[in-house]
Amino acid sequence: MSKTILQVEDLHTSFFTRAGEVKAVDGISFHVDERETFGLVGESACGKTVTGLSLLRLLPEPAGRIVGGKIILNGRNILELSKKEMRSVRGKEISMILQDPMTSLNPVYTVGNQIAESIKLHQGLQDDKVTDEVISALRLLKIPAPESRLRDYPFQMSGGMRQRVVGAIAMSCRPNLLIADEPTTALDATIQAQYIALFQDVQRTTNVGILFITHDFGVVAKMCHRVGVMYAGRIVETATTSKIFKDPRHPYTVALINSVPRLEEKDKRLFSIEGQPPSLLNLPPGCRFAARCSQVMDKCREQQPAEIDVGDGHLVSCWRVK
Amino acid sequence: MAEVILEGQNLTKHYPVTKGLLQRTVGWVRAIDGISFTVEQGKTLSLVGESGAGKTTTAKMVLLLEKLTSGTILYKGEDLSKFSAAKIKAQYRPNVQSVQQNPWSSMNPRMRVRDIVGEPLVVNTKRTKQEIRNRVLEILDDVGLKAEHANLYPHEFSGGQRQRIAVARALALNPNLVVLDEPVSALDVSIRAQIMNLLKDLQDQHNLSYLVIAHNLATVRYMSHSVAIMYLGEIVEYGDAEELFQNPLHPYTKALISASVLTLPEDETEEVQQIILSGEMPSPLNPPPGCRFHTRCSEASAQCSEEVPEMRRVKANHQVRCHHHV
Repeated sequence: MSKTILQVEDLHTSFFTRAGEVKAVDGISFHVDERETFGLVGESACGKTVTGLSLLRLLPEPAGRIVGGKIILNGRNILELSKKEMRSVRGKEISMILQDPMTSLNPVYTVGNQIAESIKLHQGLQDDKVTDEVISALRLLKIPAPESRLRDYPFQMSGGMRQRVVGAIAMSCRPNLLIADEPTTALDATIQAQYIALFQDVQRTTNVGILFITHDFGVVAKMCHRVGVMYAGRIVETATTSKIFKDPRHPYTVALINSVPRLEEKDKRLFSIEGQPPSLLNLPPGCRFAARCSQVMDKCREQQPAEIDVGDGHLVSCWRVK
Repeated sequence: MAEVILEGQNLTKHYPVTKGLLQRTVGWVRAIDGISFTVEQGKTLSLVGESGAGKTTTAKMVLLLEKLTSGTILYKGEDLSKFSAAKIKAQYRPNVQSVQQNPWSSMNPRMRVRDIVGEPLVVNTKRTKQEIRNRVLEILDDVGLKAEHANLYPHEFSGGQRQRIAVARALALNPNLVVLDEPVSALDVSIRAQIMNLLKDLQDQHNLSYLVIAHNLATVRYMSHSVAIMYLGEIVEYGDAEELFQNPLHPYTKALISASVLTLPEDETEEVQQIILSGEMPSPLNPPPGCRFHTRCSEASAQCSEEVPEMRRVKANHQVRCHHHV
């Protein structure tokens, strides 16, 4: 069995606003192994991005705070680290790719400069060595002619190339864990396919564990080994990707997969989930999906279902599942 | 055959690139380079392609927000360039409406829903306030909103509901043709299905024609009767949706379809081999000679980099622009 890089246990992250406590992440647990891609799937505002930011401890303080749980990275709980210690973890052991390559690069620095920043900070190398490392990072992301490309500014590159540069920055110190927050959403279909294939290669050569945050089941199918489906701050189902598609157990997972239009099927009326997710300010006492669920029972509205293992690490939180 | 509502013949749009103090023209961005299509009454035509392919420019030309460089747009068989300004305002604009991609930026945040949806009626008709109010309530009901929503502001709605408001505004005047520019791409997956079902229902009820701009093929397949695949300002393949998806001919179409099919991890070893294109779309400022796709095409031959392929009809309902399909 491969090594576990990240173990998240019962993580709670809340935002304290004038209107009250918003429980953006409310008790989630999962792990990411070496050389594995774990997908976190869900709709907007289900807590995917907040989970990513919590792992880096980059929540907008003081409103956002981790109020409970453990984040164990390479064997130690990073919630116990000081701010200074945390700075040496970020970029070196964990790094992150953001959604929009147009806004996540600094327009007034060359890409070489931006990649060099974390290399200088974490590895303390000198000029020539830094350049070598920058070139090797660009090579890792298969950017053609890296020796001349590193002198380019972001505006001289296309969207797909810029997202590769963002990937090169993230991978420059060869982290163990990469958090990729919707890295392909802003890209075109054929460029998206290129980027996913590229990251599979990067993973094979560096053994990096990837936490892949997305709302797109198509990308999940291509990229992820295991998936956690999030709804209103909780993970409702965790399983391997093929299990999630072939034998989804939670009604929300079933509904979400059915509502994705498939190229192979036509003239079937699309399945749609009625209603909206609940407000995170005022969560229902029972199962959070109860109000939109087609198989709801009285018990669902009263008590939260516990997470149960239906075999092989396939975890579901639903009263219907035995 | 159904009545043709809109026909584009050889449409071209070139934007000048200027330089220096005197703003001399040094080149042209060929955003659209000779495209032709037809939209029939009650049917949906989708324009599909990646960013920079010219989809949105086409939509803008149809909505008369951009002037044509050359070519003709026929509305119900009549040449639009021969319409007077008054005739355009009276006959074209009320009948051709649009829904924009992003429901967060396409509405005035300071207007109430009833004013947003009622505005086309105020501008284009001479109805009384009472008549406008009744029509607004009727159309809100059509798109699945309640009468009490009329008095709220856009920020009080979720994305899906806002897109319903945008659809209501587009339908207020009972148009023939609605231009839908990426109508669902800004929405969540579960909400997308709601809006796509709604758009289909409204089409059936009101016999509407849609010109859909999209990049997601699965969405397109669900919505459209015919599809035009665009690449770098040209239509490379055009045909009935069913025919085109069953039997794609152009290598670019095949790559797009391959990128959109849902493949499970273990399927990879089987025959479902993904086509991954190398490189990126070239600049429309300086499109490659010959076939514009040859720089990324796996089937390209010497002929492809020299001769421009013509649009050829391979079946009654299927045309393709490729040297390999004669």
